[in-house]
Amino acid sequence: MSDTLNGQSRLAHHFVDLQQQKSAATLGMWLFLATEVLFFGGLFVAYTLYKLKYYEAFVAGSHELSITLGCVNTAILITSSLTMALGVYGAQTGRKAFACNSLLATLALAGAFLVVKYFEWSAKFEHHLVPGPDFQFDVTHAAAVVANPELLRIEHVKMFFILYYIMTGLHGIHVVAGIGVIAWLYTQARKGVYSAEYYTPVELVGLYWHFVDIVWIFLFPLLYLLGRH
Amino acid sequence: MQGGLKFFPDQASTMAGPVDAFFFYLVGVSVFFTVLIFTLVAVFAVKYRRRPGNEQGAHIEGSKLLEITWTVIPLGLVAIMFFWGAKLYYDQERAPANALDVLVTGKKWMWKFQHSNGRREINTLHIPARTPIKLTMGSEDVIHNVFVPAFRVKQDVVPGRLTTVWFEATKTGSFHLFCNQYCGKDHSRMVGKVIVMEPNEFQAWLAGDTGLPPVASGELLFNQLACNSCHMGEGMLRGPSLAGLHGSRVALLGGGSVIADDDYIRESIVNPAAKIVDGYQPIMPTFKGLVTEEQLMHLVAYVKSLEAPSGAKAGAAETTSGATLAVDAATTAGQ
Amino acid sequence: MTTDSAEPKYPEHTYLNDGYSLKSWLLTKDHKRIGILYLISITFFFALGGLFALLIRLELLTPQGDLMQSDTYNKMFTMHGIVMIFFFLVPSIPAVFGNFLVPIMIGARDLAFPRLNLASWYMYMAGAVFALYAIVSGGVDTGWTFYTPYSTAHADSHVISTAVGILIMGFSSIFTGLNFIVTIHRMRAPGMTWFRLPLFIWAHYATSLIMILGTPVLGITIALVGVERALGLGIFDPANGGDPLLFQHLFWFYSHPAVYIMILPAMGVISEVITCFARKVIFGYGFIATSSMLIAILGFFVWGHHMYVSSQSEYAGLIFSALSFLVAIPSAIKVFNWTATLYKGSITFEAPMLYVFGFIGVFTIGGLTGLFLAALGMDRHVHDTYFVVAHFHYIMVGGALMAYLAAMHFWWPKMTGKRYPEGLAMVGAIAVFVGFNMTFFPQFILGYLGMPRHYHEYVPEFQFLHIMSTAGASVLGVGYLIPGVCFLWSLIHGRNAGPNPWEAKGLEWTIPSPPPTHNFEEIPVVTEEPYQYTSEASSVRHS
Ligand code: HEA
Ligand code: HEA
Ligand code: HEC
Ligand code: CUA
Ligand SMILES: [Cu+2]
Repeated sequence: MSDTLNGQSRLAHHFVDLQQQKSAATLGMWLFLATEVLFFGGLFVAYTLYKLKYYEAFVAGSHELSITLGCVNTAILITSSLTMALGVYGAQTGRKAFACNSLLATLALAGAFLVVKYFEWSAKFEHHLVPGPDFQFDVTHAAAVVANPELLRIEHVKMFFILYYIMTGLHGIHVVAGIGVIAWLYTQARKGVYSAEYYTPVELVGLYWHFVDIVWIFLFPLLYLLGRH
Repeated sequence: MQGGLKFFPDQASTMAGPVDAFFFYLVGVSVFFTVLIFTLVAVFAVKYRRRPGNEQGAHIEGSKLLEITWTVIPLGLVAIMFFWGAKLYYDQERAPANALDVLVTGKKWMWKFQHSNGRREINTLHIPARTPIKLTMGSEDVIHNVFVPAFRVKQDVVPGRLTTVWFEATKTGSFHLFCNQYCGKDHSRMVGKVIVMEPNEFQAWLAGDTGLPPVASGELLFNQLACNSCHMGEGMLRGPSLAGLHGSRVALLGGGSVIADDDYIRESIVNPAAKIVDGYQPIMPTFKGLVTEEQLMHLVAYVKSLEAPSGAKAGAAETTSGATLAVDAATTAGQ
Repeated sequence: MTTDSAEPKYPEHTYLNDGYSLKSWLLTKDHKRIGILYLISITFFFALGGLFALLIRLELLTPQGDLMQSDTYNKMFTMHGIVMIFFFLVPSIPAVFGNFLVPIMIGARDLAFPRLNLASWYMYMAGAVFALYAIVSGGVDTGWTFYTPYSTAHADSHVISTAVGILIMGFSSIFTGLNFIVTIHRMRAPGMTWFRLPLFIWAHYATSLIMILGTPVLGITIALVGVERALGLGIFDPANGGDPLLFQHLFWFYSHPAVYIMILPAMGVISEVITCFARKVIFGYGFIATSSMLIAILGFFVWGHHMYVSSQSEYAGLIFSALSFLVAIPSAIKVFNWTATLYKGSITFEAPMLYVFGFIGVFTIGGLTGLFLAALGMDRHVHDTYFVVAHFHYIMVGGALMAYLAAMHFWWPKMTGKRYPEGLAMVGAIAVFVGFNMTFFPQFILGYLGMPRHYHEYVPEFQFLHIMSTAGASVLGVGYLIPGVCFLWSLIHGRNAGPNPWEAKGLEWTIPSPPPTHNFEEIPVVTEEPYQYTSEASSVRHS
């Protein structure tokens, strides 16, 4: 790594060289993602336990979710991972316009994800599928989809929705945070801050964004596809 | 016994001796290592204090032999601790079959007890000496914990499930009973006593002022709640026969099986959907909210009291659920 | 110790005089200044937690609840536990001395992410504000363990704001750990190989692993408690189909490893101090370093030993018990190695060393009583009695806190450039040791007698031992004031320390006291193993 004038100014005082600075930042991001895995891990443990306990109710709850919207969102996120990767590639190879456009596309897709999510959630709200005193769930309606409808308990369906909102909500917060940092990357990229010598921030945000994507890849089958054949 | 200045708790149950013996082993190991370390530190500190002629320590980087020694010896000692502790735990977990049943309900902030003939008491528990007692415990609100120091027993009382603990008192007298799990404002007042009596005195006491025995009250409930409409009668039943259920192995829908213990029976009533008996439709309604924790225990007591019919019903069982019930009947009959 | 008559000069440019404005402190990115910010904050919380402790002890002087109402008492021990654990002991050594020393000890100019480091302190403070708000507006009464369903559906106190406070402070802990790991991996000076790292660094490395892998689980758990309580849901409440044992599993999955967050850095301090005052290389360097890592890893798999009588499965109990015994072995290895380090040393007895002696003795007792609790059949009797209270105070107050004080005395001259009055500090160390044992030894007996925790009233036969304990606590309280007096005195009247007042080894002693802002004029090159107090020539080498 050559200490170009541009690069030199990015070197914080306490690092010996850019190489060290970059490897520190990268390790930091990986460790951060490790904590994120454990953060979600607690929720996945709770989900697994209650799914085993209240399987029928979880299947019924799952059938209330819209597979179409879920699939659309999965597609959107996967595509956004691709555009993000292209953004990193653009920055790496010093193609400013390409990098900027890719980041912009990622932002758009992330926004689209949230819009779909918004419609999904508001539909649930209208159907009183919000855990709380007003929670309503039509057990007879669900009878068609579960093997043993008599097993359904409304409070267990409620548990499904509690976990649904918390898990997708926490994921949603990560998407919002992602939008924030990608927008910041975009403004920096526009200013031409990134070059083949210095593109660490783009790369690291890319890692984060792929992580957000992967979490969704786990959430989608667990929440949307449960008990469907 | 209560009162007086003490440095060691009473030994008033069959468990107290073994637990204390183990305690002394642990104290022995601890004292040995504490004395060893203190002595070594003190001796080295004095002997190798800095003074003219000893301005610098010796260069010793370590010794593999020593490291192995002080890894292996403690390992051996803790292995003994593990097995000894596990053995005691095993005994503490398994009540003798002939244990007297007492039902316990914890609620903020009192203890309710009920004996098998129906006699109830609050915060005081009378029991006979030299007789194994098994407490079956439920909570109406938060987690509590039954603790009788003189007996060396303790068990959480958890809402939403039944837990058990057993002991056999060896001495007559009055002993403390503490709630040992923090449960809110008057946690420290959720105390009571266990009064251990000679068995004949206990019988007299028990005959005193009785209500309906749990089994009888459970039977009443069983009829009132129309459990019998599905679980009793001749021929094809909607629900499995409950006779001889307790302690038997129940095959479940979708494979697997469970031993029908108290907690399973309780769960079957409040949350029948949790485990479905193989060969049946999950049509049993939940009785959660319809019965109190205490009534639940009565129902459980009643179901437990239903003995396996010898032969008579086995045929009927065969036709309803095939082999499983027959096996159950066979195993329970064999007990 | 040193017979220098001429007072060393106070360096001209230090991190302390690099700006005097409040802003220069509150926006600093210098790891040393951040360490000082933490020092001030946690000292405040220690005094607060200590005040609660004093009130607890006063209430327990008599069997009746005469000093306060039961709910007040319940809030007292809850806030004592929460403040002491989350706002004092978890940050203590890592956030103050880790921050100050980790970069210097490995020859770096700062932590890898100075801004993140400052952010960590702000997160700590934000969490503290929530916790203080909860305390001031009426307190919280769930016990520091927040057991459900009491905490979510029954308690009538400020559970949510406390939970938010702990959640935020948790992130501070995560980011501190992350910063340490990256720094230790990426910023070591040339020649500072892994096996030349001071053991203090190894200890912090292991601690940081627990911080970044354990704390998020506490975060999500406590968040779920808040959500359940705020919205009246039933994630852990059996009345709504939840499972209270799930809460306990998740809580202890963090909180057991957390006890090693509190003790590992303390063990690191002991290794540094004992070598210095015995003038010897550490005995069994590799074993001490490895045992830190083993404790951190095994520590993740023993959480169920807090739940033996909770009605968790019997088989789970067996596994957790076996593993708890295993995790004790690396601690034993450390104690033996420290003891062996004294052998053929050239030992002096300044205050830091007295605290080290105190630590070794008291930690041994505390750790060994942990074995009683790890044993299944024994824990049934002593679980949640004062035996447990005594066990953890022996380790946390006798162990971790004494190590913290050892560190305070040992590195005080480095941090401030001033000496403290040695004689008075030695008296302090002795008072703390005596007061400590008087306070907590009677509690072992109380516990075996059957005195339950969390009792504000108790049966009269326990009174004698409670009086002993309270008497001890007052000695202890005075004991803790003495170091405070020493340090304040030294700021005003203390003699200049010079770069290396203890003639100690380690990179931190090669630079001026107090160090300049960027620590090293030139990044040092490391050529030898740590703790080379003895010249190889005079040495006996064992293999
Ligand atoms: C810094 C804090 C700290 C540390 C380091 C430890 C260390 C240990 N703890 Fe402790 N513990 C707590 C803090 C700590 N603990 C707290 C706060 C609680 C209560 C929580 C609550 O409920 O509020 C608790 C509760 C607790 C329990 C649950 C008790 C109950 O609620 O019923 C158990 C059970 O196994 C336990 C075990 C151990 C063991 C085996 C160790 C071991 O790591 C100890 C290892 C050390 C040694 C063994 C000493 C050195 C060894 C020798 C000198 C040589 C001889 C050695 C052998 C023969 C092996 N602890
Ligand atoms: C780091 C952790 C830590 C520390 C340092 C301490 C320190 C002390 N603790 Fe604490 N304690 C816990 C952690 C700690 N504790 C925890 C986790 C619990 C469990 C809580 C729960 O169950 O929820 C507990 C519970 C606990 C109990 C049990 C309460 C109960 O279950 O009913 C008791 C009882 O004696 C006690 C006593 C003490 C005493 C006497 C000290 C002494 O060492 C304190 C000495 C310090 C001082 C005396 C302060 C000195 C300062 C001053 C005098 C300044 C005065 C203040 C101002 C001017 C503002 N503690
Ligand atoms: C509508 C019919 C019906 C009623 C009323 C009913 N049950 Fe059941 N019960 C069943 C069926 C069917 C099963 C088997 C399927 C299952 O496990 O849920 C069953 C299972 C059980 C089991 C587990 C049996 C086993 O073999 O493992 C118990 C215990 C039980 N019921 C107790 C009761 C009690 C007590 C009541 C009254 C308070 C009651 N039942 C009322 C239909 C009923
Ligand atoms: Cu009930 Cu404590
Ligand atoms: Cu533990």
